Amino acid sequence: MKVLRKRTTLSYGSPIKRRDFLTYVAASVSIVTVAAACTKNDSSNNGIDLGSGDIGILNYSYALAQLEAAFYTQVINTPYSSLTGDELSFITDIKGHEIAHREFLKAALSTSAIPPLEFDFTSINFANRSNVLNIAKTFGDTAVSAYNGAGQLLTSADYLLIAGKIVSVEARHVAYIRDLISYGSFADSTAVDSNGLDMQQKPTDVLATLDPYIKSKLDPSHLPTL
Amino acid sequence: MNFKNILHEIEKADPEIYDRIDSRRKVMHRFKDLGGKLALTAIPLALGSMLNKAYSQTPPPAIVDILNFALTLEYLESEFYSTALGVPGFISDPAELPAFTLIQQHEADHVNFLTTTITSLGGTPVTSPEFDFTGKGTFPNVFSNYQVFLALAQTFEDTGIRAYKGQVTGLMSNKTVLTAALQIHSVEGRHAAHVRYIRRKTGASTDEKPWINGNDTNGIGKPVESTYAGEDNVVQLGIAVPTLPGVSNGVATEAFDEPLSMDDVNAIISQYIV
Repeated sequence: MKVLRKRTTLSYGSPIKRRDFLTYVAASVSIVTVAAACTKNDSSNNGIDLGSGDIGILNYSYALAQLEAAFYTQVINTPYSSLTGDELSFITDIKGHEIAHREFLKAALSTSAIPPLEFDFTSINFANRSNVLNIAKTFGDTAVSAYNGAGQLLTSADYLLIAGKIVSVEARHVAYIRDLISYGSFADSTAVDSNGLDMQQKPTDVLATLDPYIKSKLDPSHLPTL
Repeated sequence: MNFKNILHEIEKADPEIYDRIDSRRKVMHRFKDLGGKLALTAIPLALGSMLNKAYSQTPPPAIVDILNFALTLEYLESEFYSTALGVPGFISDPAELPAFTLIQQHEADHVNFLTTTITSLGGTPVTSPEFDFTGKGTFPNVFSNYQVFLALAQTFEDTGIRAYKGQVTGLMSNKTVLTAALQIHSVEGRHAAHVRYIRRKTGASTDEKPWINGNDTNGIGKPVESTYAGEDNVVQLGIAVPTLPGVSNGVATEAFDEPLSMDDVNAIISQYIV
């Protein structure tokens, strides 16, 4: 406070400078307030903050698992008429795997976990097999590309290994879904490039693809980048 | 600190320095860029790492070793499928001929990609071993009995997934290589799902799924048990997944694929190497 008093004393007799100083103080306070708000996972004007560092990437994975679990739960609750036999059995499995991923990530994140998200599936006709499978394909390919792109953003070897354990299961899912849509398209050139590599995407691109289906507003701005 | 003088002294000592690293102009340019980003005290460190790059006898050993390990697996898979595709009429299902042609193409692409990557890191790609896909007599009809071929295809794909997964943490120091390895790893996952789905549809294994349940070999049995050992793990990051809401033990095993160590994978594939 001594320093402050000295600064104002020096500015005395110059109202403009004094006002500038007060503006500066006010601005500093508001920056501190914004910074403090950003460290919380609460909703703010920017949306639900996924967080930073490895926790941010885990929350990002948790958001993807929440989306897929909610989608497959709806598919099983309101099945299209031909969802029977092996197809019903396998898609029920996929639903179970996504719930396992969701519940595991929630438990691993503990108090750092984002809240349950709200989704918007109003554009999907769950009675239409082709519509459902094509959405499943988009979600599956996107999840694979998301994990492939996120591995390099993680600093913990344990979390990287977990991401690896999940991504190959996501790849199995989408290969099966693709085979249901068009048999033999499990790894076609829309998924795998001329080097034999699958897709990889950064979080902002993944979230842009999934945005139409996520009602909750997400704030990925503190996620790590390359 | 005068970098031009330092470089001049190095040039006097080693006229070939710029063959070992970048041209002088590029070096100066790099330091100009670095100078803006690094604290002054960090610059000797950057110079040191550049000289290490120039004079080091061995490239980053762990990464090249891992990539050569992966390359051997890809040689195995690529030759396995090309051999099957080379037997006239062997893969007779018109729906599966293009599928195995595609899978073989990916494995050959992986061979090329890994060879190029190893070379670009200054390493030497290993050459292909000689393979014996009968597993030294265990599967004598691998290229005459379609179901035996499918069983081994499944084993190789599932082994490949576990092999890459076991090495990803060893690649963390090179983000580009790590990402590429993950991109190969998920392609192997797609292949495995398709092969497993064929085995389900053709009745080879009535409880087979595109994903792995427990440590089940799906009827292939003892010769491939080591490929599935440990796949029944249900504890992730210390969390017992079946205790979580709505998760059964079987689902918990299927939802996470497990890694294998390099030694375990080498033991598995040694059965198929002469």
